[in-house]
Amino acid sequence: MKSLSEIDTVSKRSSRAAGYAWGIAEEVGKNIRLLEIFSLPGIKNLNEFLNKKKDIKLKNLNFINEDNTVNNSQYCPVIAGVNFLDQIKTLENLKEIKFKNIAYPMLFLPFVSRASEVVGKRILLKLDKNEFLLNFNNSISSNFSKKEIIKTAENISIKILKNEDSFSENEWKELYKLSEETFVEENESLKNNAAGAGLTDND
Amino acid sequence: MNIPLRDPKIVMKLSRLGSFHQSRLSFLRSFLKEFKDWDYKRDLFELNENGYGTAVFSFKKKNRVYSLICFANELDENERSDRVIATKWDTAFTLFDGVPTKIDIERLKNEVPKQEFGRLSYKELTLSRANKSVRVFNHVVESLSNGVQPNKELLAKVGYLYRTTAVYGSGKFGLADRFRIKNREEIYGPFRLEMMLVYLVRQFTFDQVNHVANNKNPKKAVNLDLEICKSLGIGNSTGLGMAPFIVNHPTLLNNWIYAREVSLKKIREIKNVAITESNLFKNCLKKSIKNITSWNTESEYQIKKIKSLLNNLNQFILFLDNEFNFNQEYPFNKLYEYLEEKYEEECVEYVVSMMMEPYDNIVAPLVKKMSSEEDKYFNIPTERTVFELKTIIKNKYSEILKIDFEKKENNLNFWFISKNKEEPRLANRFDENGSDLEQPLAIARDIKKLYETLLLSKNSSTIAMFLSNNADLRHVVRRAFIVEKFPYSEIQDNTIGQEIVPIDMLRLKLSFFGALKFDPRSDKWLRICMFQGAPLPEQLKNYDEHWVYN
Repeated sequence: MKSLSEIDTVSKRSSRAAGYAWGIAEEVGKNIRLLEIFSLPGIKNLNEFLNKKKDIKLKNLNFINEDNTVNNSQYCPVIAGVNFLDQIKTLENLKEIKFKNIAYPMLFLPFVSRASEVVGKRILLKLDKNEFLLNFNNSISSNFSKKEIIKTAENISIKILKNEDSFSENEWKELYKLSEETFVEENESLKNNAAGAGLTDND
Repeated sequence: MNIPLRDPKIVMKLSRLGSFHQSRLSFLRSFLKEFKDWDYKRDLFELNENGYGTAVFSFKKKNRVYSLICFANELDENERSDRVIATKWDTAFTLFDGVPTKIDIERLKNEVPKQEFGRLSYKELTLSRANKSVRVFNHVVESLSNGVQPNKELLAKVGYLYRTTAVYGSGKFGLADRFRIKNREEIYGPFRLEMMLVYLVRQFTFDQVNHVANNKNPKKAVNLDLEICKSLGIGNSTGLGMAPFIVNHPTLLNNWIYAREVSLKKIREIKNVAITESNLFKNCLKKSIKNITSWNTESEYQIKKIKSLLNNLNQFILFLDNEFNFNQEYPFNKLYEYLEEKYEEECVEYVVSMMMEPYDNIVAPLVKKMSSEEDKYFNIPTERTVFELKTIIKNKYSEILKIDFEKKENNLNFWFISKNKEEPRLANRFDENGSDLEQPLAIARDIKKLYETLLLSKNSSTIAMFLSNNADLRHVVRRAFIVEKFPYSEIQDNTIGQEIVPIDMLRLKLSFFGALKFDPRSDKWLRICMFQGAPLPEQLKNYDEHWVYN
């Protein structure tokens, strides 16, 4: 089994060899490590992407907008990803961010996962029919279970979710009430001997 | 009195970093301190009469066990080489997490001797190999088998029976990643497990030499005297591989230097020094002279440095004995100021190390802060502005900005990774091929380029916008934001200039390891000795923490 350190180093070096700047290659190294930690096919996708990169008509997406569409070519997942991560603070209030045609979008995903940690919000990423709920870069919930290479995603949607409870107020109250059963009812004697008893606070 | 931390622009110069010496902060000393109450055991020793076979040594405490597995193989004289391009060694080692089963040992027997070409697993923590100092090893076997102890002068001159040529850890070749073990309290502090491996290898060398001598002449043979064992360490040949490490791990480098600088600051701030403390300082300093006078090297560069160091130290000791009075306020601060005024960097840093000796209360808490969670600082704060980044660079890299990289001598070399051994190398970019594959280690040059590009950018632009047009500078943008938080994370010097002495980078790292007797064999590799004079495993429970000077 390859260690994560080896995965990081080899991904970084191969990305550099494929023409990315060292600083970008460093990002790719960390990302592939992240995908492999989450049991997603990082090395598989990177290997094929870097090998086929020269044959794909790639476009760099430097400034991310609400709608990002490219015709007759595909967005480079690495450059689109790095700019998404870099610009996340200006994007976080948008309702939905859409992209058309990203090549090897699995390589775009870890940038979005890291962005989730940066803004402290869950992000829902849709790559055509595959959905990924990115939880602060700590975990990923998904309906994607195959260890496969996704060569392209035509419709990509990103929703930065509000920090909201996943339960009703009633459910919370019920549970809270039960938790109160660990507390001790104070009688007069306990109150008189409690911390701060006998002191006045209105000085 | 508040003494400021020393200026990184002075401390982080290569000549200063290359003058560092071992101290209480050094990893091999902090390793011994941490593991002194662990149970040491030799679990397996299946060597043939010539000393070839398998051995296992372990440290155990409660449920935690670390086992060194040693594979000693016969090696043809012509195949023995310390160079990193070697493919066979006298002995190969791995530190195993737990107690290895027979199946583990069989698996590792096929992999560990292959070193870089073998595959390890998450159960193995570190990997190394070592070659005999044949002359010394054979002499010791010959002497012991004849019932006499070996020639102490010869042993003192070399200092070890075996030399390691690399110690790997942190996920290399399939070894366990650091994240698997980083929360274990006993390995807070960098390179603990690498130190454990070297320490147990040292014990293996003694047991092996005794075993071979005993088999050679069972009736007459004696064991190597324990005091002689103690006086021997493990040699190490180190090349350029270590140099990029300190550039590639900026927050870790910061934490090492920061611990040293905070120690010095706190010692200089001591108002009244107890007589026991000043005596301990003076004793360690005086006794340490022995280490310098027994420091053998053929390197003219090092001979000159040793001579100057010895000269400076002798003068300083005379001053201490005859002119200096510890019975005054802030004596260590006065001594430090005197040192800076009178002596060379090598001597200043040597005495700084010595000043730490009486102060375990200051140093010990800092040892635990010398590791780093590097990933925490990887993301670039892209919401910051061009103006802010320019200000950071102006403040933190002012010396670097003075270098003119248009001049050939300032841009002479490039760092690359060799294809045949995947090891870092340095070469002249104007004479050799390959500079198009340069590693991102020319930080000074790239920081200057970043600064010049920032000057052409709008002050109010965010870093996100700046990076979208300047991806080639991303690696140094990241570093500049790191140095803002970690002042000692960056070498304040040119690592590609004509004047670069790579040995300085190696010495910095090796001093933190706790190495003694740097012996440069060229300007690109050197030999050192580790654990020379250290207590043996059986003596650890009650040992003198100042053993380095005994």
